[in-house]
Amino acid sequence: MTSSLYSSQSADSTKGDACMSLQNVTISYGKFEAVKNVFMDIPRGRVTAFIGPSGCGKSTVLRGLNRMNDLIPGCKLKGRVVFDGHDLYDPKVDPVEVRRRIGMVFQKPNPFPKTIYENIAFGARINGFKGDMDELVERSLRKAAVWDECKDKLRESGFALSGGQQQRLCIARAIATEPEVILMDEPCSALDPISTLKIEETMHELKRSYTIIIVTHNMQQAVRVADQTAFFNAEAVEGGTGKVGYLVEFNDTERIFNAPGQQATQDYVSGRFG
Amino acid sequence: MLTDSSPAGSGPVNPNRNLAADAFTLRRRPPSEKLIDLGFRQLTLVLASFVAIVLLGIFLTVFQGAREAISSFGLSFLTTSSWDPVNEEYGAFIAIYGTLVTSILSLAIAIPLGVGTAIFITEDLIPSSLREAIGLMVELLAAIPSVVLGLWAIFVMEPAIRPALNLLHSLLGWTPFFNTVPQGPGMAPAILILVVMVLPIITAISRDALNQVPIELRQGAYGVGTTRWGAIFSVILPAAVSAITGGVMLALGRAMGETMAVTMIVGNALNFDLSLLAPGNTIAAMLANQFGEADGIQVSALMYAALILMLLTFAVNVVAQWLVRRLSLRY
Repeated sequence: MTSSLYSSQSADSTKGDACMSLQNVTISYGKFEAVKNVFMDIPRGRVTAFIGPSGCGKSTVLRGLNRMNDLIPGCKLKGRVVFDGHDLYDPKVDPVEVRRRIGMVFQKPNPFPKTIYENIAFGARINGFKGDMDELVERSLRKAAVWDECKDKLRESGFALSGGQQQRLCIARAIATEPEVILMDEPCSALDPISTLKIEETMHELKRSYTIIIVTHNMQQAVRVADQTAFFNAEAVEGGTGKVGYLVEFNDTERIFNAPGQQATQDYVSGRFG
Repeated sequence: MLTDSSPAGSGPVNPNRNLAADAFTLRRRPPSEKLIDLGFRQLTLVLASFVAIVLLGIFLTVFQGAREAISSFGLSFLTTSSWDPVNEEYGAFIAIYGTLVTSILSLAIAIPLGVGTAIFITEDLIPSSLREAIGLMVELLAAIPSVVLGLWAIFVMEPAIRPALNLLHSLLGWTPFFNTVPQGPGMAPAILILVVMVLPIITAISRDALNQVPIELRQGAYGVGTTRWGAIFSVILPAAVSAITGGVMLALGRAMGETMAVTMIVGNALNFDLSLLAPGNTIAAMLANQFGEADGIQVSALMYAALILMLLTFAVNVVAQWLVRRLSLRY
């Protein structure tokens, strides 16, 4: 568990080191299949972006990576999600432990109704943190680039911050538990360009120590932050009621945007979609 | 419909005007519409004032009625426990003590029970059909008339719990709170029937409060690796605490003012006893029992007791509001 943080340094040169491996993953809500037959190896210590049109299942896949979908009634995952040598969906695996190692930042900033300090300390305490809490709070807020705005109001409600600051507080909250992977579900969709830029800078800092997987609707953002990009698309299936998402292409971001292997990817990244 | 009679401000038809725009006849609001707006605002003002006026009216009536007793007994009315119509000496201590003890202890039992039920039926611990059935039953509990609950308390509940009360007496009889032998009506059965009466209020409002907690907050809690237990107690309940407290305050108002069922089971004692197993009295029960036959200064003394009940409820509400503001962080 601890070794992964060290191995991430060497992983930069050899991108073969997979952090998470999806093996024929199909996720369905009740009878309706949201996304099917996804195979991908997500590299360690890098930023991976999921892009694609609405309803292609990219957020569903992301939430499947730390068993967040367990909270949605009727949501089922078939296939294997291998992390650290274990299938996350093995019946013996505790979803709470999974989420302690794979943190998440959500689309809408969702600080807890607690003080800024407690927002950070809460997760750390749950994970059994025994060190200097003040120091951890400061370090986490600094890493998330929100320390300067927060340092004078640590005892105030997390809601005293602006939307962008709240989102960075949520990133700090995720960092504070020292996860190995951070999942971000459209973290900038509710933010203005300046806050977005700050969060993207934060992500560049963070990928030194964490594997980051981000879902984004903003293709420019994928280009700016991601080393690897996965393009998902959705197609209607015969006999089905809705569209089913699938993974079209997964490659270096540069390749996806400049020389994609699939026509669908080319159409999407050049804006000729649909 | 209003094209021809449109207000003078719109002026002569501009020949350059887009023809399609002419189809929208209410671009300028006619005076009648503005008048309706104003009227509606005044109407809501009247409706809103109604509550305040009624409240003030009740308060003034009770105060007027109580003036004679206030001037003759003063504040010692609160601390003496003689209730003697023959010598015209009145003190409401028994009833005040009974009101506070029955309402506070019943809430102390009903809050964990009600909030616990609310958690159980809002978290997906059981199939949703079962959840809805339990929720419905709780709401039906509120629909039972209090006189029926009072009868049930006398004939079913009190005999049923008597062995438990006897056990309490034998175990804790050395404390002043349990040192009388339970024999029928008393404070303890009154407390329990109040629990039954306030439970639906607390449960229903807590359930709504918990359902209002945004899903994002819930996900955030699980996202940092909380257990279900941790998410409920550290994030979801704190987020809902102010609304839950609102429900608890309503319940407290009900418990303090509840008359019928309590009168039937509390024992209507005239002698003070600290013991919960002994018969007691509450202000509301005392009013219900004595108002019909009272005259002269006894009416005034009862009015004084009613005034105290109102002020108690008011004070508790103010304290609770203050507490909520201290305890809860907004989301």
